[in-house]
Parts: sequence; structure tokens; C-alpha cells
Amino acid sequence: MASDRERMATSNGLKLILAWGFVGIPLVWGVAQTLVNAIKAFH
Amino acid sequence: MSFLSRERTIAAPGYSRWLIPPAALCVHLCIGQAYAFSVFNLPMSKLLGISQSTPDDWKLTELGWIFSIAIFCLGASAAVLGRWVEEGGPRRAMFTSALCWAGGFFVSAIGVYLHNLWIVYLGYGVIGGIGLGLGYISPVSTLIRWFPDRPGMATGMAIMGFGGGAFIASPLSVWLMSQFSTPTHIGVAETFIVMGIVYLCFMMVGAAIVRLPPPDWAPEGYVRPAQSTRLVTTENVFVYEALRTPQFWLIWWILCLNVTAGIGVLGQASAMSQEMFKGQITAVAASGLVGLFSLFNMGGRFFWSSTSDYIGRKNTYFIFFALGAVLYAIVPYTGSIHSVALFVVCYAVIFSMYGGGFATVPAYLRDMFGTRYVGAIHGMLLTAWSMAGIFGPVLVNYIREYNITHGVAAAQAYNITMYVMAGLLVIGFICNALIKAVDARHYIKTPERDTASQAAVAGE
Repeated sequence: MASDRERMATSNGLKLILAWGFVGIPLVWGVAQTLVNAIKAFH
Repeated sequence: MSFLSRERTIAAPGYSRWLIPPAALCVHLCIGQAYAFSVFNLPMSKLLGISQSTPDDWKLTELGWIFSIAIFCLGASAAVLGRWVEEGGPRRAMFTSALCWAGGFFVSAIGVYLHNLWIVYLGYGVIGGIGLGLGYISPVSTLIRWFPDRPGMATGMAIMGFGGGAFIASPLSVWLMSQFSTPTHIGVAETFIVMGIVYLCFMMVGAAIVRLPPPDWAPEGYVRPAQSTRLVTTENVFVYEALRTPQFWLIWWILCLNVTAGIGVLGQASAMSQEMFKGQITAVAASGLVGLFSLFNMGGRFFWSSTSDYIGRKNTYFIFFALGAVLYAIVPYTGSIHSVALFVVCYAVIFSMYGGGFATVPAYLRDMFGTRYVGAIHGMLLTAWSMAGIFGPVLVNYIREYNITHGVAAAQAYNITMYVMAGLLVIGFICNALIKAVDARHYIKTPERDTASQAAVAGE
């Protein structure tokens, strides 16, 4: 029972990393691009 | 297809609720591209002339209609199809939204290839607009069900994605066009096809991982309130019954006024900053400022909706309207003392509250009408956005033109606009003050009554 729970927790952890990475990486890239352009514009 | 059915979407025990926000973001980050559509306007106005527009090329005014049609169809489809989304479940809605959104790009690519603007109106405007509406509302009620303890934060995360989608789409579109363009050809059609494929895949991932919580599921340690509090109900209101309550229309006006004030100056922020601070803010710096304001628009969606979980929805909107009115009234003063820093601070807060207004409203509806039909009711409410999309820019442009033709200097031409916007927010403040709990006669009392009301509507 405990090992089932552990397996589920590991699998959930992996899924969470993949899912958040899938949406987070493009979003962070887009925000960084915008910030870089904004800084460039002020210079 | 049974894979899409509501029943097949129920989560197995142990499914992490933190997988639902990424599922919602998969959709919202894609449809948020709508805010960046303007990057195509200039290239699409030179498809025949390449280096400059020819008389047969599309005019910028004609191209402006593509975005307007899409936003109109967003509101209309969300209002008409809200109940279908709610009852069919989030996966079916996300799947359909992905097909419409990507299909809109493919049809538009054909329109660009044939140089027929009506096909682009049909593709991006109508088909894509329906995808926008379905995609916008589909994850909202799902998130509210998974996060009964933090509904504002949960919906804020998704709606923040809508604001953030433009940050990805804008540089991506520019890069793709540069890859497909040659000295004799502008690669808009190819860019549309690639973006359609990318968005289709991305949104399908969202549709695959989205789940509904099992009935009566609650997060660990969360105790469902047994009774309604003054402004948070534990009851449910049927979707069409909500339209008969003053609360729905008051919230409709709250959203409409908040968006009108924000959207009106959003499109003018670049020109306004340059005209108010001539010699201090260049065109390039103004474009950087607009990018900065968009970041506040996105961040405000998460910040304010999460804050509303602690201070309450009504208090959050009180802050939007009271602080917003003061800030709009201060903007002309920043011009008169030539303080760019104060201008930027005022606008940054204004745009954070503009985004916050969008993100907090689903939780406000949930507080008033319960969780059962909140997605469909939210869909109906989005007509306020469509309306504000017309009111806001028209109001700002009309007032500015009136001032200029009556001899007001360009730098001062925006002052009256700012005071009018502050006035709109005062009206919003009053609407918010009038909100009380929904009368008990509007609540769904028994399952039988629910079925009866649905049957009555279906028979109409």
C-alpha cells in the first residue's frame, strides 16, 4: 500500500515537472523577450 | 467519441490538482495569440507590393476588422455555447476549441494565399473567434472545482496565460515570417500554417491532461462551508436563471466599465506617452513601455485574483474602481509636471487592475451563482468584453478627435479622456456597491427542479 502511494507520488511529481515545464518554458521565454526589448527600447 | 465525454474526464484517485492549471495554460497561452495579431497587419498590407503597399493590397483599416470580428465571435460563442461547454465537460470543449483555433489559421492561410480577405475574416475572425470563446471559458469552471479553497488564484493562473500568450506569439510570428519571406514573397501564409500546427498540438496536450474532480471531492484539509456567507453562496443558480438576477447585470456592467476604461487607453498608450512627453519619450521607448505595461497586465491577472481570495471579490473591485479613478485623474497631472516616472507607475497599476478585472470575475460569479453553471454564466458575461471592445477605443478616439478639432494641443488632448475614464470607474464603483447576495428564489432547489428548468429551456 505504502509503495503504491510512493509510486503514485513519484509519477505525479514527474507529470507535474513535465506539465509545468511544457507551459512554463515558452512563457518565461516570451516574458524574457519582452523584457529584453523593453530594456533595449529605453536605451 | 467517448474519450472526450465528461465521464471519461473524471480523475482517478490520487490525481494531482496541480496538473489542471498547466492544462488550462496550454489552451490560454495559445488563444492569447489574439493580442499579438497586430504583428501581421503591416506584412499583410504589403502582400502584393512586398516593399510597399500597392492599391490592390489590403488596407490597414480592412485588416483591423479581423481582430474585431474575432473578439466579437469570442463573446458570442462563449455566450451561446457556454452551457454546451459546461455540460459536455472541459475535454470536449478544449478539443473543439483546438480544432477551431488551428482551423482558423489554416483557412486564413488559404485566404492569404488567394489574397481574399473574406476568407481571412471567416478563418481567423469567425472560426478562430469561436475557438477563442470555447477555449477561454472551458477550463474556468474546472479550475474552480479543483480549487474550492483558492478559486481566484486558480482562474487567475489560466487567465494570466491569455495575457501571456501574446509574449510568445509576437516574437514567434516575427521570427517565422523572417524565415519564410524572400525578396519576392512575404511568408504570412506559411507562418499561419506553422502556428496552426503548433497551437493544435499544444492545445491537444491540454485536452489530454485535463480532468474533472470526482463528485464531492475536496482538497485535503478543506472543509466545505455548510452555509452560505453574506457574499459567497453554497447554492447553485441555473445558467438562464442567472440572467434574471440584478447581480448578473451589475457584474456585467462592472466588467464592461473596467474593460472599457482599460482597453480604451491600451491601444493609445504608445501615442499618448509620446504626445504627452514630447522629447522625453521616443517612438522606440514608447514601444518598450507598451511591452512593460503588458507585463503588468499579465501579472495583475494572477496577483489581483489571488488577492481576492483573501480580501473578497467585492473589496477587490472596490480597489480597482477607487484606485483606478484616482490614477486616471492623476495621469494628466503627470504630463503637466513632466514626470515620466509617475506616468509609468500610474499606467503600470492601471494595467495590472485591467488584467485583474478579467481574472477575478469568474470567482465573483462563483461566489454569487455557485460552481455548477459558472462556466456558462461566465460565457454570457463575456458579451460585456465584446461591448467594451467597441466602446473603449471609440470613446478614446472620438474624444481625442473632438479636442484636436477644437484647437486643444495634442499633449493636452488626452486629459478629458482620462477624466471620462475616471468617471466610468466611479459608475463601476456604484454598481459594485449595489451587489448583494442572490435572492434564494433563484437557487436550484432540487434535482427535479433543475431538470424541469432545463427541459423548459430546451422546449423554447
